[in-house]
Parts: sequence; structure tokens; C-alpha cells
Amino acid sequence: MTANSPPTTQDTSALIGCPQCDAVYTLNEPKFGETANCVRCGTRLISPRRKAGLQIIALSLSIAILIIAATVFPFLTISAAGRTNSVSILQAALVFTDGILVFLSLATAALIIFIPLLRVLLSLYVLIPLVTDRPPAQGATRAFRLSEALRPWSMAEIFAIGCAVALVKITDLADVQFGPAFWMFTALVLLIVLQDRLLCRWSVWNALDKTQI
Amino acid sequence: MVGMERAGQNSDIKSARSLGMVTCRRCSRVWAADTPVCGRCGHHIRSRDDTSLQRVWALWFVGLMCYVPANLYPMLRTQTLVNKDESTIIGGAVDLAHHGSWGIAAIILFASVLIPVTKFLAVAFLAISVARPSRVSPHHRQVLFEIVEYIGRWSMIDIFVVAIMASLVQLNTLATISPGLASLFFALSVIFTMLSAQAFDSRLIWDAQARASATRNVTSNTGTDPIKATHTP
Ligand SMILES: [Zn+2]
Ligand SMILES: [Zn+2]
Repeated sequence: MTANSPPTTQDTSALIGCPQCDAVYTLNEPKFGETANCVRCGTRLISPRRKAGLQIIALSLSIAILIIAATVFPFLTISAAGRTNSVSILQAALVFTDGILVFLSLATAALIIFIPLLRVLLSLYVLIPLVTDRPPAQGATRAFRLSEALRPWSMAEIFAIGCAVALVKITDLADVQFGPAFWMFTALVLLIVLQDRLLCRWSVWNALDKTQI
Repeated sequence: MVGMERAGQNSDIKSARSLGMVTCRRCSRVWAADTPVCGRCGHHIRSRDDTSLQRVWALWFVGLMCYVPANLYPMLRTQTLVNKDESTIIGGAVDLAHHGSWGIAAIILFASVLIPVTKFLAVAFLAISVARPSRVSPHHRQVLFEIVEYIGRWSMIDIFVVAIMASLVQLNTLATISPGLASLFFALSVIFTMLSAQAFDSRLIWDAQARASATRNVTSNTGTDPIKATHTP
């Protein structure tokens, strides 16, 4: 193939493009555990992991359980002069009640609860059929595309770190207990980072592509 | 895990655009140039986003406009037995410094002032750098872009800290904290800056380099085959 004769549509299936810098490479699928990076800009293009699908499903379920638990149950507690106060994530998100600030409550609830949960559900919907060697679920490509588009807006792990910062700031005002909540949040951050590292987007798209023909 | 082989190969790399093709930015599939929608993932594909810079600047400007009131209005209202206090972001940091908490004051100034301002400057620099010749290497600019995209989300932590403090510190007459109007503007500023960075088409960074090397190597006719991606274990 030369630069003067653009390939036909069939040819392009053997190519891969870098989404960041537009460099084109002939597709040479790396083995499990290897990584194919863009030579020009360094973007990770393909990074398949053995058993990644099952691990991601397990991680997704754990993340969902942690978020739901923290949403429903009050677990952050402070006390000062005999008074105590406990809150859940949902109560924290809905604290902006003053007039126009209500919109901020809605946005915060979406960013730290609903979008992370939706992404977990979407990835389970897409991955479970792929991992169990069944045909992809109906609308799986659309589901995965939505999940990818929502990725920057899923901020559960940022909220978790925010909890630690807030507790440090409050320490001279009231007694703060770094109880199980703190470790739950640490676990949440680690699980989310790990899930993001394990997921090879190209492999998922490739699997969806193959099974749909 | 990275360790890329980059030496001497840059001039051989062809962009999809120069090969009469287009890359889907969602799933990396390559298609013929006139393909409007990716056949694999359904994403709308465009070889280059012509409106990218316009949208970057528009969103950048809205973000900057929101950042001004974010600093003028109070972020937190603190009420204790002895006093009632409304503090802006910078005012709160100055108070902390007066009380001797230099460390926390420095952290607040770094996270809520220095990082947002640097982000505005970085996005503006990137948008200007693709519109006219730049001496900063594409690789450095790509790294800068990735840092901006990564840091952008984390600025939201200020809002979450306010939310947690205000919901937690409700100790009736003893002490209460409630969020101020600045929190809304700060959140909007973060969201618009994120949208601005997302609107930036990073492929424009590399096009300028391709143009420059094309004019340098008019006579040389090498590298007609796309090369393989390097594999590193
Ligand atoms: Zn690249
Ligand atoms: Zn695609």
C-alpha cells in the first residue's frame, strides 16, 4: 500500500489509527500482557490482559456495592461537645439547597452517584455476554459508547479523596472518626483506578465487531 | 511498561488524513476518508474537527467568566457560638495563614487558585499553538494536553469538600457550615473548562509538525508503508 493509492474500505480493517494524533499503523495484535503504544505520541492503543473481562466484572460489582452502601447508609460521623452528626453520600450531595444552588445538588448527585453507577451497569451489560461467549446484548455498542462518553464525568473517586480532605479540615472544629468509611473510600479509589487500567477498550470494540457480523 | 521506540521514525509516520483515510476517535478503527459514521462503534467521525478551536475558545471564555464570581462570592459560611464568618476562596486561605496554618493555606491556594489559572493558560496556549507556528515540540504539547484533561476533573474536589463539610458540620448552635454562591460558579467554571479541553482536537498539534516536515522533505519520498506499533511487555 502506498500513499498515492488510498486503500479501499476492506483494506482499512487491517489498520489501527491513533485517536490522539491520527497516526496509522498496520494492526499487529499484541499478546496478553503486552502493550501496543503509538510510536508518535505514546498513547496506549491496545493492552489485552488475560481474564481481564472476569476481573472487570468482579471489580464493577464491588464498585456498585460500595457506592450504593455509601449512598444509603450514614457512615461519616463527627462529634463536638457531646453532639454527633452522621451523613451519607446522598445527604452530602444534596446539601446545596439555597435557591439556585439546588442545581449544584443535582449535578453533584449525578457526578458522584448516578453516573458512576450507570457506567458500572453499562460495562456489566456489555461485558457479561462477551466473557461468557454469548452474542452481545442488544445495543451493546451504543451502551459501550455511552459508557466511554461518560468516563470523564464519573467522579466517585474524586469525591472519596474529597472526604479525606474535608475530614482533615474539620479536625480542629470537631472530633472526626476515621472509621470504616475511610477504608471503604480508599478501597473505592483503588478499585476504580484498577478497573480503568484493566479495561482495554480496543479489545472490547474488536470483540463486539467480530460477534456482530 | 512504556519505553517507546521513537528515534528517527517520526518522519515515516503517516496520519490517516494524509493517506486519504479517517480514524474513529472512539474505537481507533480506520475508514475511507468520506465515511460519516463509524461502522464499528457508531461514533460520528470527522477527519479534523473544523469547529474545534471556536468551541474551545467559547467554552474557555465562559469558564473564565464563571471563575471571576467564584472568587468574589463566599465559598463557605461558618457560624459558631462566637462569630459568623463568610469567606471567599482567597479570603479563607488568608485567614488560615493569619492563624498560622501556613500549610493548609498554601494547599488551598495551590488547588483552588494556581491550578485553575494554570489550566486556563494551558488551554489557551494549546489553542494558540495549533493556529500559528509553535516552537514547543508536539510531544510536549500532547503531554500538556493530557495533563490538562487529567487535572481538569480533579478541580471538582473543592466542591465535594464543601458539600461534605456543610453536610457534616450541622451541630445546631455550636457550629454550622453552609455553602455559598461561589460553589455554584466554581463548579460551572470547572465544567466549562473540562468541556473546553474536550473540544480541543489534539490531532491539530501533530498536523502542524507534519506540514513542517513535508516542506522540509519535498524531495525525499520515503516511508510509504504504515509502520507497526511497538510492542513492549
Ligand atoms: Zn498517537
Ligand atoms: Zn468507531
